Amino acid sequence: MSIIDEIKENVIRGHIDVNSKYPPDLKEIPGVRDLVNKAVGNGTPIGAILKEGLIAGMEVVGKKFSDGEYFVPDMLLSAQAMKAGMQILEPLLKGEETKKLGTVIIGTVKGDMHDIGKNLVRMMLEGGGFEVIDLGINTPPEKFIEKAKENPGAIIGMSALLTTTMENMRISIKALRDNGLNNKVIIGGAAASQKFADEIKADGFTRDAAQSVQLVKRLMGLAA
Amino acid sequence: MNTNKLVIDNPDKLLFGTASKPVKFRRGFEIGSGEVYPEINFTLPQMIIEESSWREIKNIYTEIIEEVCKRAVDLYAPALVVEFELLPPMTINPEWGREITEILSGKLEEFFIKYGLKSALRATPVDIRDSDRPPLMRSGGMAEKMFRSFELCASAGADILSIESTGGKEVHDEALVNADLQGIVFALGVLAVKDMTYLWDKIVKISDHYSVIPGGDTACGFANTAMVLADKGMIPKILAAVIRTAAVARSLQAYKMGARGPGKDCAYEGPFLKAITGIPISMEGKSSACAHLSCLGNIASAYTDLWSNESVQNIKLLSTYAPVVSLEQLIYDCRLMNIALQDGRENSLKYRDWMIKSDAFFDPQAYIFKPDIVMDLSRKMIEAENPYNMVLSAVEETLKILRKAADDGELKINDMETRWLDILSMQSDTLPRDEESLTEIISTGPYAEKYLPEEYGL
Repeated sequence: MSIIDEIKENVIRGHIDVNSKYPPDLKEIPGVRDLVNKAVGNGTPIGAILKEGLIAGMEVVGKKFSDGEYFVPDMLLSAQAMKAGMQILEPLLKGEETKKLGTVIIGTVKGDMHDIGKNLVRMMLEGGGFEVIDLGINTPPEKFIEKAKENPGAIIGMSALLTTTMENMRISIKALRDNGLNNKVIIGGAAASQKFADEIKADGFTRDAAQSVQLVKRLMGLAA
Repeated sequence: MNTNKLVIDNPDKLLFGTASKPVKFRRGFEIGSGEVYPEINFTLPQMIIEESSWREIKNIYTEIIEEVCKRAVDLYAPALVVEFELLPPMTINPEWGREITEILSGKLEEFFIKYGLKSALRATPVDIRDSDRPPLMRSGGMAEKMFRSFELCASAGADILSIESTGGKEVHDEALVNADLQGIVFALGVLAVKDMTYLWDKIVKISDHYSVIPGGDTACGFANTAMVLADKGMIPKILAAVIRTAAVARSLQAYKMGARGPGKDCAYEGPFLKAITGIPISMEGKSSACAHLSCLGNIASAYTDLWSNESVQNIKLLSTYAPVVSLEQLIYDCRLMNIALQDGRENSLKYRDWMIKSDAFFDPQAYIFKPDIVMDLSRKMIEAENPYNMVLSAVEETLKILRKAADDGELKINDMETRWLDILSMQSDTLPRDEESLTEIISTGPYAEKYLPEEYGL
């Protein structure tokens, strides 16, 4: 197995480094941090380590999650392993290699304090290569407007759990449009549906966090 | 309340409809005295709660309670508990919560006088302290408004006060998705317990002042969040089962502070609480699929004293509006349980055991509700010298029980779950034995910025 394949495999297994306790069967065996250090030291191209090792590993992780073979904690362990590798690569990356796929502004709408679903979407999007601006819970329309003005190309993600707060998605979208902002808006949360998304003129609806990356990629023209 | 000894210490005494410490209500009935009653909860359809829609909202609640009471009379319900779970704006504006409480209470009284319908109203203000992150649990306007809401609901005719409190949730949410037992134990065994002690001291005082009953709390924001995430395949079911038992200590704290039950419907940790305290509980299972799915459809009713639907939106179905549909289902479930109770102990236990067997072996979250396991776990938990060690004991024992069940082939768990059973067991082995040590570790780690120690008296 090449060192890049080893890096990819260790990202998939969520094995950070030789000191990590997880996964138990890889205890005291070199992990992503050790392998990336080694690869950099022996002159392996940085771009290859990043794309064919770290990113390729996370793509497999994303698929495993979508296929029901991984839990969120598995995915987060992999994300930590990838991050350990990225900390070594980042100072060495240049220009195009450091560019994010795009920006997504997310928040739970006004009146709603539920944020686990929104946080999962943030983790998924970050793992998928996007920059995420998280506005938190109980987000008034003005806050979405302010961030949308600062990030004209960003997609906006709104979340609501309650039937009595989902109307604030409609109000927030209207406020964006009334302010001349045409950022694409996606919605999610227990109370939301595609029908409701169509009704309030949202550009997309995501049933769960796992689908959010594909939806954002599609809206940004990065996937079919 | 002394919790050094199990009040119900025999698995065969842990049965629906019967509690060691029944709770009596002013409209002529007792909960836990040999009969199971429906507890109906309903919420608004999709709409904004604001000044301009307030009149319409009051009309909706008036219509719902009228229809619900009519159906209860038509179906000869022996008694009815109505839960009014306030929505956030109704707690933030305590007067709004008071107005709805008055409407519901007034209608229940009217049906009691006119038709003899026995009833009680449970009011459950929202824990709006969770509105900011990190939350202000003791200082700040939200805590003040929340306590005012309790007072106004109590003065407006509520019979029971309850809450789904959230102390520690700001840490637990993050720990949950990371399956990090250290964070989970800190949230439930340190923060949540301290908040429950503070919060329930106040709720009990308010209840005493207004002569209403301090009901109980629920680990909904912790263990039910875990249950729903596990159902969606996002976290291991093993973890959700561990969180359920680990949450017992924080929910028990309400009773230690003077709560008298009936427990809150979504507190699926209720069977453990009932065994430890003898206080009647409310549960929900198949009847609450209108609000969320679960793996505890039948087993949840095995030990319950009130049978609830969690909540249902007021939408029109083919037959009629959803709250009436929900109530009808609850009443029929209760009838069956009550007939079993009337048919003697042997038949009641047989019916209970059918409910248990129909669910227990499909999911670790159901398995832990087997009566022998409820007893064993409860007994182990109360041996602990403090709530923190009670949480540690719950975690360790639950993992042991689930591993044995899996090894014996009694409980089917897949390879992913087995892998996490191993990881969680490893984590459990390294948990600090005292809360001071864990608090010290957490205070310098990634969770430190998520909570304010002074808001918990730390």
